[in-house]
Amino acid sequence: MTELIVPAQTGAPAAESGLMVRAEQVHKAFGPLEVLKGIDLEVRAGEVCCLLGPSGSGKSTFLRCINHLEKINAGRIWVDGDLIGYRERGGKLHELREKEVAAQRRSIGMVFQRFNLFPHMTALQNVIEAPVLLGRDRKASARERGAALLERVGLGDKLGAYPGQLSGGQQQRVAIARALAMQPKLMLFDEPTSALDPELVGEVLDVMKDLARDGMTMIVVTHEIGFAREVGDSLVFMDGGVVVESGAPREVIANPRHDRTKAFLAKVL
Amino acid sequence: MPVRHPGRWLAVAVLAVLAAMFVHLLVTNDAFDWAFMVDNMFRPPIIEGLLRGTVLMTVSAMLIGVTVGVVIAVMRLSDNPILRGVAWLYTWFFRAVPRLVLLAVFGNIGILWSRVEFGVPFDTQLGQLFGIDNLHLRLFGFSSRDILTGFMAGLLGLALSEAAYMAEIVRAGIQSVDGGQTEAAQALGLSRGQTLRRVVLPQAMRVIIPPTGNETIAMLKDTSLLLYVPVSVELFFQLDAVGKRTFQIFPMYVAACLWYLFLTSILLVGQYFLERHFGKGHGTAGRARLRLRGMTAETGGGGNSGMVGPS
Ligand SMILES: Nc1ncnc2c1ncn2[C@@H]1O[C@H](COP(=O)(O)OP(=O)(O)O)[C@@H](O)[C@H]1O
Ligand SMILES: [Mg+2]
Repeated sequence: MTELIVPAQTGAPAAESGLMVRAEQVHKAFGPLEVLKGIDLEVRAGEVCCLLGPSGSGKSTFLRCINHLEKINAGRIWVDGDLIGYRERGGKLHELREKEVAAQRRSIGMVFQRFNLFPHMTALQNVIEAPVLLGRDRKASARERGAALLERVGLGDKLGAYPGQLSGGQQQRVAIARALAMQPKLMLFDEPTSALDPELVGEVLDVMKDLARDGMTMIVVTHEIGFAREVGDSLVFMDGGVVVESGAPREVIANPRHDRTKAFLAKVL
Repeated sequence: MPVRHPGRWLAVAVLAVLAAMFVHLLVTNDAFDWAFMVDNMFRPPIIEGLLRGTVLMTVSAMLIGVTVGVVIAVMRLSDNPILRGVAWLYTWFFRAVPRLVLLAVFGNIGILWSRVEFGVPFDTQLGQLFGIDNLHLRLFGFSSRDILTGFMAGLLGLALSEAAYMAEIVRAGIQSVDGGQTEAAQALGLSRGQTLRRVVLPQAMRVIIPPTGNETIAMLKDTSLLLYVPVSVELFFQLDAVGKRTFQIFPMYVAACLWYLFLTSILLVGQYFLERHFGKGHGTAGRARLRLRGMTAETGGGGNSGMVGPS
């Protein structure tokens, strides 16, 4: 079952450096509002990086830059050795065409705070839509794999259910299965449990822990300190569009060095 | 028991008198020549006009209108300011000119060109620049008499005008879909076209379908405006012609009323089933149905209390 989910970690450029994600001086502004003011980040293949920070600090924006849902104004982002959104030729950056950007996104899964499942499709249709539409898989084998993925996230009995008939926790697990169906090298989670009732948070975190154990590279924006401490390989604390502090989760949580980190942790712990 | 609703009984009495007067008028007034009307409203030219000028015209104009409307709506919502501008100009023009006037213009557009040809634009002028007289680079063409009069002119007028209204309906439908849906689709690596076709439009349909039903019914009625193109194979043109030829104009106008009542009623039934069907099988349909049930339960309760109140 595990080999269904985690693709072989073979990307040559990543293997050389061991890095799955590298961000260098990423800047992003919405009009006059500067949201990201030079973010540096490195995530090694197979690692779980937890991104913490107060609301409005730019965590979601940074995550969306990684799969080019937002265009960055300066800096560079590589995923598995590929420069995201641009091609470098003769020292100049040229924007990739829409098709090329779409191709890059296929190896990066994303899970949203508000699930964003397709409400007119069943759970299984949600999962197989992209692989079938993009010619990754024939319909029959996609259905088989999709059913196995839903089984894996504990929803083997909900293949034919529409999102409107599922609880929030179940919807988020379908969303995770949908992202995994494209066999991504990297998974981005944007506060995946923030919209859930407290009693449903556990079931989603369990699926994510499972995924981390299987060696998936993950960047997780979360306020779940317990998850960061238990599953995270690194913790990055952001505030006001900059990385304030980063390190091993246990260390940062136990001995925050910056006042802003201390203040934030005091609030969420 | 005292009479509970004196107002209601009074209204029934007034309506009964009015109905009796109306029936009396229908039966006794000679302007309604019922026998003449029945003899004439099913004649072959009228049936042909109904099938081609009304039914076929409605179907074709709506098909073209919806297709072009979707394209205009997508242009209107694109990032490209030129496409947006063109789409705005289109909807502005076709919504600002009355349909009747538009049809009159299209009926006479043959005055502008005797032939419609496709090829290199400004070929004669280009030829003169290079010293060639009468250069013609035309691929194919038609005499505008053949295509731009009658049926085709009417179809073009109705379809292009419809496209402007459909564009607004489709745009509202697309905008009703949560932006998170597009993001999720793009994050999966779907192209813009795939996102529109597979994710956005199917969800927009529930907003698009009901007003499109209304548009179809309006279109069916507006085919009567083709009289001003003119299009001769059309229901109202034919009924009008019989009326004028026989000096029995009123019975034929009554026949027109009956025909349009009949046709639009069929469409209304179709619309009912289409809307009911479209609510099914969708993610939130269960919830919507629950909500509906809640609403009917509420109004039922309201009705009861209203009945009890005055007694
Ligand atoms: N599309 C946008 N247009 C304008 N401002 C935006 C947009 N997206 C985010 N912002 C602003 O950027 C800042 C950071 O937002 P966000 O990345 O969502 O923060 P976080 O996820 O850390 O709460 C906020 O001030 C927000 O209002
Ligand atoms: Mg956020």
